[in-house]
Amino acid sequence: MFESNGAPRIGVYVCHCGTNIAAVMDVYAVAAAAARLGGVVVSREYKYLCSDPGQELIQNDIREFKLNRVVVASCSPHLHEATFRAAALAAGLNPFLVQMTNIREHDSWVHADRRQATQKAVDLVRAAVWRVRRHRPLEKGRIPVHPEVLVVGGGIAGIHAALSLANAGRHVYLVEREPTIGGHMAQFDKTFPTLDCAACILTPKMSAVKSHPNITLWTYSEVTGVEGYVGNYSVQVTRYPRYVREELCSGCLECIEACVYREAKFADRFNYGLGRRKPIYLPFPQAVPQMPVVDPETCIQFKSGKCKKTCLEACGERQAIDFTQRERVERIQVGAIILATGFRTVDPRRMPYYGYGVYPNVYTALEVERLVNASGPTGGKVVLRDGRKPSTVGIVHCVGSRDEKTNRWCSRVCCMYSLKLAHLIKEHTGAEIFNFYIDIRTPGKGFEEFYQRLLNEGVHFIRGRVAEVTDWALDPSEEGRLVIRVEDTLLGTVRRIPVDMVVLATGLEPREDAQEVRRRFNITCSTEGFFLERHPKLAPVSTFTDGIFLAGCCQGPKDIPDTVAQAGAAAMEALALIDAGFVEQEPNTAWVREEFCSSCKTCVALCPYNAISVPAETGKATINQALCKGCGTCVAACPSGSIVQNLFEDEQIFEEIKGVLAYA
Amino acid sequence: MSHDAPPRRRGYLYFPGCSLKATGVAYEESLQELFRLLEISLEELEDWNCCGATAYMSIDEGAAFLLSARNLSLARRTGFRDLLAPCSACYLALKKTQDYVQRHPTVREEITGSLRRAGLEELDSIRVRHPLEVLYHDVGLERLRERVVRRWRGGPLACYYGCQAVRPYDEVDVPYNPTRMDELLEAVGVPTVDFALKTKCCGGSLTGTIHEVGLRLNYILLKEAARKGAEAIVTICPLCQFNLDAYQAEIRRSAREPVDLPILYFTQVLGWALGGEFKALGLHRAISGGPFLKRWFTARAEVETYV
Repeated sequence: MFESNGAPRIGVYVCHCGTNIAAVMDVYAVAAAAARLGGVVVSREYKYLCSDPGQELIQNDIREFKLNRVVVASCSPHLHEATFRAAALAAGLNPFLVQMTNIREHDSWVHADRRQATQKAVDLVRAAVWRVRRHRPLEKGRIPVHPEVLVVGGGIAGIHAALSLANAGRHVYLVEREPTIGGHMAQFDKTFPTLDCAACILTPKMSAVKSHPNITLWTYSEVTGVEGYVGNYSVQVTRYPRYVREELCSGCLECIEACVYREAKFADRFNYGLGRRKPIYLPFPQAVPQMPVVDPETCIQFKSGKCKKTCLEACGERQAIDFTQRERVERIQVGAIILATGFRTVDPRRMPYYGYGVYPNVYTALEVERLVNASGPTGGKVVLRDGRKPSTVGIVHCVGSRDEKTNRWCSRVCCMYSLKLAHLIKEHTGAEIFNFYIDIRTPGKGFEEFYQRLLNEGVHFIRGRVAEVTDWALDPSEEGRLVIRVEDTLLGTVRRIPVDMVVLATGLEPREDAQEVRRRFNITCSTEGFFLERHPKLAPVSTFTDGIFLAGCCQGPKDIPDTVAQAGAAAMEALALIDAGFVEQEPNTAWVREEFCSSCKTCVALCPYNAISVPAETGKATINQALCKGCGTCVAACPSGSIVQNLFEDEQIFEEIKGVLAYA
Repeated sequence: MSHDAPPRRRGYLYFPGCSLKATGVAYEESLQELFRLLEISLEELEDWNCCGATAYMSIDEGAAFLLSARNLSLARRTGFRDLLAPCSACYLALKKTQDYVQRHPTVREEITGSLRRAGLEELDSIRVRHPLEVLYHDVGLERLRERVVRRWRGGPLACYYGCQAVRPYDEVDVPYNPTRMDELLEAVGVPTVDFALKTKCCGGSLTGTIHEVGLRLNYILLKEAARKGAEAIVTICPLCQFNLDAYQAEIRRSAREPVDLPILYFTQVLGWALGGEFKALGLHRAISGGPFLKRWFTARAEVETYV
C-alpha cells in the first residue's frame, strides 16, 4: 500500500493568502522546514496559490519534478480542496494524492504570536506530508439519477417550480396537502406594489399545472415517507379521501347546490371562519382541481349514515361521489425533491395585549385580505362583524415580528402588505387609516414609491410599537370603540387613538409541523425553525442533503417576486442534477475487509444512512457505496477493525497524528 | 457550615412584611382566616425584617438584597418548603434576591459572605410563593368549590392584579393576561368582569410623591371598573388595595364623579364564600364602598349551604 505509485516525491506549497497568513507567520520558514522532510522534492511559498499562476506553479512542478504527492498549506479544504485536486488532475496526478492543511482558519486567524504560529504551521505541514505519503490513488464513483422530480407544496413557489421543470420536459409530481393548490397567494386580493389582482396572475398558472402533460398533481395528499439518496429517492405519498372520485367528477358543482343543507352554515377555513360553506364544498371559485371535497366532520352521511344523499342524485350517472373512498398510498421514485411547504402567520392570541379573540373587531391581515376580496365572504365589502362600515382603521405593524417576546426576525412582507391593505381599505370605505410602525421597510422594486403614494393619499403613519388594543374609555369619544395605545416616538408622547377596526399585521413563521417535515426529508432547520439552506449566499436553494432543494417561505419569509425567483432557481438546480444523468460520488467511503468480518452486525444498526447490510449468502457485512456518506461511524465501531474508510485509513491517520506531535 | 436541610414541615410559612401589619392588616386577617377555613397551617416567620422593597431597591440594591436574603435564610431554617409573601412588593423583592443570587456569582458571594458573618446559611432551597398561586395550584379550584358554604348574590367584581406579582417573574400568572384570580372567584361562585386594566399601574408610591399623577392612575382604574359594571375591585396587593381604597373621597371631589367602590382582597372574597365572618375577614376595615359591603357581607347574607 505504501509507495503504491513509486517512492514518494512530494511537493509542498505554502500560501501567503495575501496577508491573511503571511502577516502572522514566517511562511518562508515554513516552506524551508517542509523542504527538509523525508520525501519532499520541492517546497515553495506563493502569494495566492489558488490563483491561476499559483495552480500552474504546482502543475509545472508535478511535470518537472515528477511529483506523485502534493501538500498545500493554505485555507480550509472547504474552500479550495476542489481547486487543487482539479489542478493536480489536469497535470496528470490522481487528485486524491493531494492533501490540504489549514494554516489560515486553524492558525493565522486564531493566533497572534508569530513564533508559535510559525511553529504550528510547520507541525501541520509535517503532519500533512507524513499523511500524504500513505495516500493511494482513488477514483470517484458515479450513481445514476432518476429523471423525475417531486415538488412538495402547491403554493406559488411549488407551482412555479413545477411548471419550470415541466416546461423543460421533465416529469414532476406536485403534492399539495390542501384540496386545492394556490396556497396563501390564492387568498390575497391584490399584490403589492403594482396592485395587480392576485387571482388574475395566479389562476392561469394553477390551470397550467392542472393541464400540463408533464405534471402529476396530487392534492389533498401528503408525503409520509422518504427513503433513498440523491438521484434515487423513493417517496411515499398518502392521498386522503375527498369522497369525490377525481377521474369521474366533471366539476359541475351541482352536488354542492343539491346538498341537504340549504344554507352554508359551517365555518369556512379558506376565509378564516368569516364565511360559511356546506359539508360538500369547493374551497374557492378558482380552485384547482375544480372538484368538490366532502368534509366528514360535518356531512350527515358520515355522522349518522341517514342522509337523503341529494348530492348523489344531483351527480347522477357520473357517480363521482363515493362515501366509501379510503386513504391511498402511492409510491414514487424521483431523482430530486423541491420543498415548497410555505409558512404560517403568527397566531396573535399569543399577544393578548392586542385583543385578538377578545374584541371582535380586531382582525388579522389575512382576514381583512378576504374581506376586501371580491370572492370573499362579504363580496368585497369591508365591514365590521356587526355589518357597520368602519370610519377609522388602525393597522398594527410587526405583530409577532421584530419582537423579543415572540419572533425576533423581520417578516419582510408586512410593511408592504400593510400599505397595500391601507390603500385598499381606504379605497373601499373612505375610512381614516392609521399605520403604527417601528420602521417602514420598503427595499424592493417600486416599494418606496408605493409608500410615497400612500403618504400622498393621506394615510397616517405613527412611529411606535403599539402597547395595547383595549376597550377602556377615558372620555366619551372613546366609548364603544377600540383604543390603540402607543408611544409616538417621533412626538415623544403616549397617544390613544380610538378606532373602529384594528388590523394586525401578523408576521410569518415556520409551519407548525416544520420540524416533522425536516426530519422526514433529513434536512436541517435554522434556530427559528425555517429550513436551512446550504449557504446563505452561494447555495441559497440547496440543503445539506444532496438532491433536496428549497423554494419560498419554508426557507424564510419573502414576498412573491422573491419566492418565484427562488422557485425558478430551485427548479434549475434540480434540472442540473437530473439532466447530468448521474452524480459523482466522493471516494471517501467505507468498505469491509471480509476476511476479518466476524458478522457481529454492530455496524448495521449504527449506520445513519442504512448503507450496511449482511447478505445471508456471505454472512459478511457489505456497504452500499452509493449510500455511504463517509461519516466513519462504522469504522470506529467495528470490534474486529475490519472496516476501512478511504482517505481515513488507520495508517494515514496515525501518521498524521505522529507528524503533528513530532515537534522539538 | 452545615448545608443539611432541616426536617421538612407541612403547611406554609408566611412573611407578612410591613403592610400586612399596618395598612393591610385586613389582608393578614383574611389570609389567616381563609387558611383556617381550608385547614391548612400557616405560620408567621419569626424575627422577620423589612423585605427591602421599592425605596431600598432603587437606592441601594445590595442592601435590599441582603435584607431579603436574611428573611430567606431564616425561612430556610424552619424546615418549611414554601415561604408565602402575600404583599406583591415583598414577593418581588424576595424573588428578585433569590434570582440574582442564583444567576450572578458576584452577588452570591457578597450576600452569602454577609449572611455567614451573621451566623446564617444559604437561601436557595426555600420557595418564595404568592398565596394566589398557592391557592390555584396547591389547593385547587375543585377543593375550593367543594368547601363553598355561601352563595354570592351580588354583581360581578373586577379582578385587579397590579404589576409586581406578575412581572417580571411569571410563576404567579401570565404577565399580560393573568386570569387565576378570576378563576378562583368563579370557582366559589363569584362572577367577574373582563377588566382590561388588570395589570395597569395603581399609582404605586406616586400617590405619596406626585400626588396628582397617582390620583389620576387610580381614577382610571376605578372608572373603568365601574364602567364594566363591577361592584368592587378585588386585589392581591396591599399597596394596590390601599391606593384604590384611600383616595376615593378626594377623587370624588376633584373628578366630580361619584365613585364609591369597595376595594377587597381576594382572600376576603374567598374567605367569605367559605363561611368566614365579617370581622374575622377584616371587612370592617374598608374605607370606601360602605353600602356595598353592608349589602353583601353583613346580616342579610346569611349562611347557607350549597345543596
